[in-house]
Amino acid sequence: MAGKVIVMRHRSFLLKCLSALLVFGSWEIAGRVPVSFAFPTFLESMLALWVLIIEGTLFVAYAETLKPLVLGVFISGVLGIGIGLWVGLSKKFDWLVSPIFVVMQTAPLAALIPLLVMAYGIGLTSKVFVVCIMAMPVIVLNTGGAVRNTPISIKEMGHAFLGSRSDIVLKIILPAASPIIFAGLRLGVSAGFIGAILSELKITPTGVGDIITYSRSIADYPTMYAAILSIILLAVVFLNLLERMEKTLFGGLNKGYVTD
Amino acid sequence: MSAKSQNTDNAVSVRNVYKNYGDVQALHDLSLDFPRGQLTSLLGPSGCGKTTLLKIIAGLLPASSGEILVNGQPVSGPGPDRAFVFQDFALLPWATVLRNVAFGLELRGVVKSEREAIAEKYIADVGLKGFEHSYPHELSGGMRQRVGLARALSVDAQVLLMDEPFSAVDEQTRRKFQEDLLGLVKNENKTFLFVTHSIEEAVYVSDQIAILLPRPSRVSEIIRPSGFRHKDTDSIRRDSEYLDIVDKIWSSLRTYVE
Repeated sequence: MAGKVIVMRHRSFLLKCLSALLVFGSWEIAGRVPVSFAFPTFLESMLALWVLIIEGTLFVAYAETLKPLVLGVFISGVLGIGIGLWVGLSKKFDWLVSPIFVVMQTAPLAALIPLLVMAYGIGLTSKVFVVCIMAMPVIVLNTGGAVRNTPISIKEMGHAFLGSRSDIVLKIILPAASPIIFAGLRLGVSAGFIGAILSELKITPTGVGDIITYSRSIADYPTMYAAILSIILLAVVFLNLLERMEKTLFGGLNKGYVTD
Repeated sequence: MSAKSQNTDNAVSVRNVYKNYGDVQALHDLSLDFPRGQLTSLLGPSGCGKTTLLKIIAGLLPASSGEILVNGQPVSGPGPDRAFVFQDFALLPWATVLRNVAFGLELRGVVKSEREAIAEKYIADVGLKGFEHSYPHELSGGMRQRVGLARALSVDAQVLLMDEPFSAVDEQTRRKFQEDLLGLVKNENKTFLFVTHSIEEAVYVSDQIAILLPRPSRVSEIIRPSGFRHKDTDSIRRDSEYLDIVDKIWSSLRTYVE
């Protein structure tokens, strides 16, 4: 049994390596063909990434980029889950608030950025707003839906066994909704990353957005792709951390459903 | 016997209860007494409001009018004097058997060590010793309902409300459950309110059977089997009174079955 598990874990690791090899390999080949003179090879990009790291440019850039990103994702997470919880618990509030988030989710954000800049200037505030507009709707709507769909019988059970309103929310509704809330968080965080880079490209070029814009303007394509790759890697690491957090907080939830 | 002492002999009394859903009258002027220490079944065709009545008694649904008395006191919500066993078990899928059984006590603010000690006792009582740290999805339907039963027993309420507790378990398990229930009624000194749609089950386990008829729901008849209650569990199903009552109930219910 234990041996089998290790083999399985090994296999999944091998598969991950294989898929990375496949993607980076085809990137290298596409760069060597070349598909376009603006498309560097994988090795060139890696070299550029190494230079960025050695020179410390990357860390300086991320210190700047992470500010609106972390702030925006944090606000979206806390506020989004809070509002989503309320949306799921109260029909009236759902009716009042949900359309706003549906509009936020579907609005063409890039076109709205000039409005934000006019209202909040070119500083951090506007960038945080962009991250929030990207990240929050999916968090709110997922949380609301999950809370609304808590099985009635376990809520009734909490009521019958004299649970207070907060007991029922904290001990029954939230854990029951947590898998879908976390699915929403993951989507929201990914959207937040897109928002952070978008804001740096569209508002003022700072941080990683600056590296991308500047290296494109001087035709240093390997550096540009290195910056893009770094943000993708960071997003993957972040999402993995989120998954780990879910497992430690609500590990038992992966135990399937009683009514299955 | 005076009217007053008669009253205190009933653990639960339902007085002139009406329940309307919009224009639909679910319960119409329903009155019924549940004698203390006995098992009363609510039996009737589907849609006769038996689960509605049980949930009103539990305080999970408000009555449109009328009164529910528990130990002579009117009640309007759930209370520590009543515990509920759910048809679909209503277990927390993310919690172990131990936490599920102790959950009623957890909601009452009983400290962890104390509530787990109580839960362990009842887990053993319902025959699930060794499964304390299993999760509900690892158990069979019958075992899950034993968890639901242990949870209801562990809060030590005087009245146990059971909403078709055995309808989601297989026939063999169901028979075993029914036999165990008889033992529980005899030993636990609690009052049992039992909703079922099975005539045989109702006659087998009940001290008193209230037949509910639909549209609008009312109590059409109360039957108190007397002759075979003291018999052992095996011979009840062959008792002539048992068979007669089953036949009689079926003949009065068959007109309501489409």
